Amino acid sequence: MNNVSLVVTAIVGCAAAIAGGALPVRTRVGAAVILTWGACAAAFVGAVHVLQTGHPMVLNSTRILPITGVSMALDPLGAIFVVITAVVAIASTLYWLGYASHGLSSRTASAAMPVFVTSMLLVPAAGSVATFMWLWEVMALASLLLVLVDQRRREETRSAAQWYAVMTHAGAAAILLALVMIAGHGGGQTFAAIRIHAAHLPTAVRTTAFLLALIGFGSKAGAVPLHVWLPKAHPEAPSPASALMSGAMVNLGIYGILLVGDRLLGGGPTWWWLVVTGVGVISALFGALHAATSTDLKRLLAYSTADNMGLVLIGVGASGLFASTGHPIVASIAMVSALLLTVNHAAFKGSLFLSAGSVQVATGSRDLDRLGGLMKRMPVTGAVFLVGGLAIAALPPLNGFVGEWMLFQSLLHGLPTSSTAVAIAVPVGVAALALTGGLTAAAFVKAIGIGFLGRPRSEGATTAHEVPRTMQFGAGLLAGFCVVLGIVPSIVMPALERAAAVAVPGASARPLSASTDLRLVGFQGVLAPALLAGGLALAFFLVVILRRIAQRRSDLRLTLRSAEPWGCGRELQTARMQYTATSFAEPLQQVFDDVLRPDRDLDVSHLAESRYYTEKIAYRTSIGDVIEHNLYRPIIGAVYRWGLWARRLQNGSVHRYLAYGLVVLVIILAVIV
Amino acid sequence: MTIRSILKAIVHPRTVTEELSSPSPDAAGTPGLAGSLQIRHVDAGSCNGCELEIASAFGPVYDSERFGVRLVASPRHADALLVTGPVTKNMVGPLTKSFDAMPEPRMVIALGDCAANCGVFRGGYGVEGSVDDVLPVDVRIAGCPPDPDTIIRALRGITGR
Amino acid sequence: MSGGGSLVGGVLVAGIQITAVAVGGPLLVGIMRKIRCRLEGRIGPPIHQPLLDLRKLFSKQRMRPEQSSWVFGVAPVVLVATSVLIAAMAPLATTRPPFGRTADFFAIVFVLLLGSVSLALAALDTGTPFGGMGSSRAMTIGALAEPALLVAILAMSIPAHTSNLPALVRIGLVHPQLIASPERILALVSFLVVILAESGRLPVDNPSTHLELTMIHEAMVLEYAGPDLGLVTLGESMRLALLLGLLVNLFAPWGIADRTGAAAFTIGLAALFAKVVLAGIGIATFEVFTAKLRLFRLPELLAGAFVLAVVAAVTALVVR
Repeated sequence: MNNVSLVVTAIVGCAAAIAGGALPVRTRVGAAVILTWGACAAAFVGAVHVLQTGHPMVLNSTRILPITGVSMALDPLGAIFVVITAVVAIASTLYWLGYASHGLSSRTASAAMPVFVTSMLLVPAAGSVATFMWLWEVMALASLLLVLVDQRRREETRSAAQWYAVMTHAGAAAILLALVMIAGHGGGQTFAAIRIHAAHLPTAVRTTAFLLALIGFGSKAGAVPLHVWLPKAHPEAPSPASALMSGAMVNLGIYGILLVGDRLLGGGPTWWWLVVTGVGVISALFGALHAATSTDLKRLLAYSTADNMGLVLIGVGASGLFASTGHPIVASIAMVSALLLTVNHAAFKGSLFLSAGSVQVATGSRDLDRLGGLMKRMPVTGAVFLVGGLAIAALPPLNGFVGEWMLFQSLLHGLPTSSTAVAIAVPVGVAALALTGGLTAAAFVKAIGIGFLGRPRSEGATTAHEVPRTMQFGAGLLAGFCVVLGIVPSIVMPALERAAAVAVPGASARPLSASTDLRLVGFQGVLAPALLAGGLALAFFLVVILRRIAQRRSDLRLTLRSAEPWGCGRELQTARMQYTATSFAEPLQQVFDDVLRPDRDLDVSHLAESRYYTEKIAYRTSIGDVIEHNLYRPIIGAVYRWGLWARRLQNGSVHRYLAYGLVVLVIILAVIV
Repeated sequence: MTIRSILKAIVHPRTVTEELSSPSPDAAGTPGLAGSLQIRHVDAGSCNGCELEIASAFGPVYDSERFGVRLVASPRHADALLVTGPVTKNMVGPLTKSFDAMPEPRMVIALGDCAANCGVFRGGYGVEGSVDDVLPVDVRIAGCPPDPDTIIRALRGITGR
Repeated sequence: MSGGGSLVGGVLVAGIQITAVAVGGPLLVGIMRKIRCRLEGRIGPPIHQPLLDLRKLFSKQRMRPEQSSWVFGVAPVVLVATSVLIAAMAPLATTRPPFGRTADFFAIVFVLLLGSVSLALAALDTGTPFGGMGSSRAMTIGALAEPALLVAILAMSIPAHTSNLPALVRIGLVHPQLIASPERILALVSFLVVILAESGRLPVDNPSTHLELTMIHEAMVLEYAGPDLGLVTLGESMRLALLLGLLVNLFAPWGIADRTGAAAFTIGLAALFAKVVLAGIGIATFEVFTAKLRLFRLPELLAGAFVLAVVAAVTALVVR
């Protein structure tokens, strides 16, 4: 039973891709979706089995890939990521059924989507360097194809795909280098063999490999400063693909860091994890700040992904810090919290991206300044976005709150320590957690309030109506997980504990008790999410009843008058007089002006007759990505100039080219001999 | 400001109208309000003489807040609309909107001679009419301008305190 | 303790605490107004005036702006519900509140945030510029106050090895030297600044302003009428009473009931009232001598509170 599920996943996934590519328009999406569901279900069943029994699933074959063969090994840590991907994929493909008529029904897209999903399901199950890199590349290429779906209509899509392609392959190169370095030192390329030989690796090799892996996988996860592709590619991809990328693919970056850091190299010195925590802090703050000041709905969500991955990296870094300074129990709590944050993120970010896609389909725009009033016109999508937004702002009784609570507890209880590094890192981590929490709450009040509430700000928003049922259900499924995981998180706790035990060996397998409460073993820290949720519901009904009682003597108690909003007696009140997303974020933008550095453009034109009379004033402001402007553009400019200079080598003369060939041949022979 | 003067101010504040200890004989108080009256003031075209008297009535010397009356910013929060001045043509719309924005039960208080019958501005080219011509008036306070004592007496008649 | 008896006792304690906060909150606001008026040289409304205002508001008509959604009507209920839940769970009159095991300080902060977020969303739902303005300013201040708050909680949790509120209060009772320690005092100041920011008192926000452009919290409720306004006002005064109750119990826990039993509980309740009234009088006096800060000076104030909290955390780590 064990190993069969991986094989089934692969086969059914390929069948889905073939169906998507070969069938005629009417049936291809449906067939691809159903077969993808099959692949997801098989992977889910296999992964759950691994999590329940704790025994890894191993599968070796020398046939499929030449020279290296295929080796799969799914342990509980990878199984968590497989489960996350499977659930997000099921919801996204369900959504795809309804979305297909809006541009995602071409042969390429219908073939690429199942390939993307299957490769993401199998990456955490890879058991050797070759299998891993091969699956990683397939995943990158499939997602690139999906990003390019809209490229004929929009210039930004082509540019975004270029950035994505270059950065993901640069990352893949770093990862390949890291893995090859570790594998090349003897023992073979399967992960099990590498693990055994890891203790004999020289320190320089370990350090370089870890840093390269951090760069490569961090870029995939959206860690600042390697996040630049995220806010470009995720908005441009069609919504089911965006949800998969943000909800499942970025998690694999985290998986990769855990793979190299813990599973392969078996942990490392304290400074590694300080670097990871530092990267996490910067990503969280930068991502949250840009999310809070972004006016494009999907770009806001993309930056928020970078923010949440930063929080996960804080958890991973804290776990490594505590493990390397000798506190394995707290380390495993921190690791469980990091994994829980990953699960939560998949649930709420998936539902948010899918709802944003519904909004884009219904109104034709993803610019918050053109939306509004959608809660009445699209009640289900609005409610789903509300749940997702409240969850990501870490508000009880939803799942984001539970994850943040646990991260905070692990940081608090890791503090009684003699290590200076920990003593500095933890308060910084808590402050970062707090500020990103506040900024995220502001960002999502903006997104929900300006996007869905109030009055519609454009024609598209006024004429919006609800999207088809499949799209509603797809988004709603993930929002439902937000609610369930918020009230009874102990459903996933045993699985997360098993996975954490792989990453933090040497700790007890059960840092948390298994009742409806979350109880930290060995520390005083309890959270009863079910009680909180029940208490809130009870208090809500109590207040409603008391309001009725308080109104009982009034004759007006059943009337609710709907009136024009109070505008100080103004004669004319339009929807344009409301706050926009830009104005909502303006105080924050002013406070963080030095970090954001917005571009401001003021254009005053005067009347021809006299300079004292202005005819027209045009004001433009935009917030670009500081890191992109200051770090990447100079590098790209330098590379471009270097390339132009190198063109001189190509002057068209065949003789010169022959000479080049001769010289290089001689050099290679000299090096080999 | 010494500590002594601060303590003296707390224990024995200076007010002029301590002798007003019994409510006005005109009205026994509006039952629904029971000691709490929120007022939204609208200047429909007055000369600001009435506004000065209102400011004085709510100031430290006359202090109408101790009778449960408060000025609020939004008509949605208000029980009574306090209108001063004759209603000018430009203020007809805003005045009506202010009244419409108030929740039931609501009342209109016309303060001053101008609000009651246009006073010295009757027949002016910019004047639409008195407050009666635009809104249903419940309480009239006469005077040009009415002094704070009169204003407070009328308000106490409404709150019943 | 038998299961049934403790459930009844727990419900009773919760009910009494909720009633105390629901009635005491408006009374506290009334007392603070009275003190301000007296210091300004006038008599001012009676202490129970806010209760009279509430009674009148519940007899008025409910109104909603056209084009608003269900969020507008639900938000005041959520605001009061969060305050009710915390009043039931928090160690106000006793260190053994019902379900005190889940009264984690972190949880309480986020339940309060839920109330603020719901009000901010409702303000945006009104479709007026004032609602957006109030919402934007309130969320900015909330975002900047959170680091100070959470690091102050961290500083208080480190010596106690837990962030469970009843445990924090109990430790203060058992080890008085922890209360006079530098980290607690620094955390106290930081917490006090955050309370002023979160409950909208001077110098962050003037609760009695009628100029819309100077409003932060008031601007969010300009569209509410009648019972909804009553709920919002009640919710805000309950939040103030709760925050001050937590403040006084963390920094001066004497008088709080540490044993079960009606006598100890009554003393605890009386002590709570006395301490919160004292704290309210102190804040009201401070407000008379303070002017409202410009909106863009507030980040400096909150950053100062954050620095104090960080110093408190570092002190807690170093002094052991």
